[in-house]
Amino acid sequence: MRTLLQTHLTALRALVVATLVLGLGYTLLITGAAQALLPAQANGSLVREPEGRVVGSALIGQSWSDEQGEPLPEWFQSRPSAAGDGYDGGVSSGSNLGPENEDLIASIEERRAAVAAFEGVDPTDVPADALTASGSGLDPHISPAYAQLQVARVAEARGLPEAEVAALVERRIAGRDLGFLGDPSVNVLELNLALDELARG
Amino acid sequence: MDTTTILAGLGQIAALLLLLALAWRPVGDAMARALSSERHLAVERGAYRLLGVDPAREQSWQAYARALLAFSLISVLLVYLLQRTQALLPLSNGLPAVPEPLAFNTAASFTTNTNWQSYSPELTMGHLVQLGGLTVQNFVSAAVGIVVAVALMRGIARERTGTIGSFWVDLTRACVRILLPISALMALLLVLGGVVQTLSPFGTTESLTGGQATVPLGPVASQEAIKLLGTNGGGFFNANSAHPFENPTAWTSLLQVFLLMLIPVALTRTFGTMIGDRRQGLAILGTMGVLFAVSLAAASVAESIGAGTAPELAGGAMEGKEVRFGILGSALYGTASTLTSTGAVNSMHDSWTAFGGMMPMLNMMLGEVAPGGVGAGLYGMLVLAVIAVFVAGLLVGRTPEYLGKQIGPREMKLAALYILVGPALVLVGTALSFAIPGVRESVVGTSIWNPGLHGLSEVLYAFTSAANNNGSAFAGLTASTDWLAPALGVTMLLGRYVPIVLVLALAGTLAAQGRRPVTVGTLPTHRPLFVGLLVGVTLVVTALTYFPILTLGPIAEGLL
Repeated sequence: MRTLLQTHLTALRALVVATLVLGLGYTLLITGAAQALLPAQANGSLVREPEGRVVGSALIGQSWSDEQGEPLPEWFQSRPSAAGDGYDGGVSSGSNLGPENEDLIASIEERRAAVAAFEGVDPTDVPADALTASGSGLDPHISPAYAQLQVARVAEARGLPEAEVAALVERRIAGRDLGFLGDPSVNVLELNLALDELARG
Repeated sequence: MDTTTILAGLGQIAALLLLLALAWRPVGDAMARALSSERHLAVERGAYRLLGVDPAREQSWQAYARALLAFSLISVLLVYLLQRTQALLPLSNGLPAVPEPLAFNTAASFTTNTNWQSYSPELTMGHLVQLGGLTVQNFVSAAVGIVVAVALMRGIARERTGTIGSFWVDLTRACVRILLPISALMALLLVLGGVVQTLSPFGTTESLTGGQATVPLGPVASQEAIKLLGTNGGGFFNANSAHPFENPTAWTSLLQVFLLMLIPVALTRTFGTMIGDRRQGLAILGTMGVLFAVSLAAASVAESIGAGTAPELAGGAMEGKEVRFGILGSALYGTASTLTSTGAVNSMHDSWTAFGGMMPMLNMMLGEVAPGGVGAGLYGMLVLAVIAVFVAGLLVGRTPEYLGKQIGPREMKLAALYILVGPALVLVGTALSFAIPGVRESVVGTSIWNPGLHGLSEVLYAFTSAANNNGSAFAGLTASTDWLAPALGVTMLLGRYVPIVLVLALAGTLAAQGRRPVTVGTLPTHRPLFVGLLVGVTLVVTALTYFPILTLGPIAEGLL
């Protein structure tokens, strides 16, 4: 009995030491080092307008809709999102709907019709990432195909030549990391910022 | 899927193999040195003084197990207490105390290296609980897995002795010499890729459209590194490694896969080194490699084909997947995470295709031995090796032995009990969820998100994940209910500590034995023939147990 109590006391001491060293000490050390060496990344890879105003994080996707949730034609649109009411950075989430889920099946059909109508394209041309919610609900990227699909509509809404917007999209396509990791992608916030600059001339 | 995408997918696998091959020897040997060295570092001597233990004093398997269980019990209590008093603690983002069933579930979850999360971290856990409770358990629960594997290695390596090492020394060294330095380095590498690391609370910015955008900040990178290195898997955010602040780019995703496989893979080298026969470690590694390759191929093909109504309608299985990782990057992550005991996800497994989503489940049902959790994978595979030599012994009519140790009735009983724990917990837990009146209504009415066959898969996945201490989920399932939260908590505790005690008992028994000389009649356990036998035994004793219930869930869903 006495040894058993002794063992538990040793365990308690061990855990207190671990909490101080591995919990507080380690976390503070990494925080200090990260803030000193890599402050931009450590604080959320924030993106600024040319005037210096912070307009979000390059890594956190945003909604480009009005208050009623209708997509705004002058911006490139992100993917559908299951985070809160859509792109709520406080509650990351996927839809977690299974492959035979009827709600998901209905959503995909609705989205295909809605995107095709919004972009004025054939429904069969809408790529998969425009019809599905991402894992985080905060995917900052869209596929190059979805970006290219939106060029004509954005150009019209902005009164810009379509060729210029298309060239902008081409420049903004990021290839695979190191040439072979992941899929090619377009960062929507950075694309829209560049679009704003283009519009301003 | 076009050729470039397939080639890129093969490229990421080649890169992963290259990284692991380069790290295998130095990391494996460094772990062997760290855990068998006679010298104590100054910080370690300080720790032993604070703990009041004599580092020179070794323990019997019983004393070793008592110390391990005491440490784990105190861990559960402390993590529980931190969550219950969260409202009074600093750095808590103004969050209230965590409710009792959920606090118990989370305490059990992080202590057992499961890191199942029945909650949305953004809305539930403040920074202090995350770093003071959860990050600490990420370290020590991983260390517990390593020390059990090392105790078993010593049991095999030693002869006619009553001791298998000191739990306190092993625990301290696993943290100080292995987990802490690698984590610190990798945390900074993750920050370089864009993972956030600050003590600030969530921020808001005004977006270009004039709306508000939340920027969810926190000390993420430090927790992320040990989450993967220790095959823990509990995310700082709800979306886990699908979240851009946990896993910002395709290269950080590959780094995370490398990190979660590093220690389980390198421990095969440690094993070979510690028992003085490196070929034996290679044979274990080969077995793990075969199982990994088959599983990865199956998941990649299933997700690439994208069968099923919703994926076919969308033109690809992109629901729950991030553009920057793509389908193959998601399949690799999901496979590695469930074949180790990590349970981190960079895509939502619940939305995978029926057969693709069955693979993570099968991976866990195999007992997570290819390569498995830190330590747990190796000792799981060694128990299977004991069963394999027993089967081989029956076939040729010789007394079975493994690495010079006789496998007698006591060893076989321990190994057989070990094998039975997982299936018993999974099948009984799943069955009870649908059989008990009242509970059934809660599970079907509240917990299950996708009705029908997929709902059964969600519950089966949950118990499989809990019993095998994985922690990944078909996350549609609402597990914070009065039935599932405690039931899964108990499943995690039994699924962790019953096998650990059995393995320590096996280590004690083997250490007490002498060594039998190698003769012409000895079954060589380092040859491809034995690797094949071990693969077969793993598949037969574990996967077949689950075949009937899999036909009711994912197989039926995929075929109907």
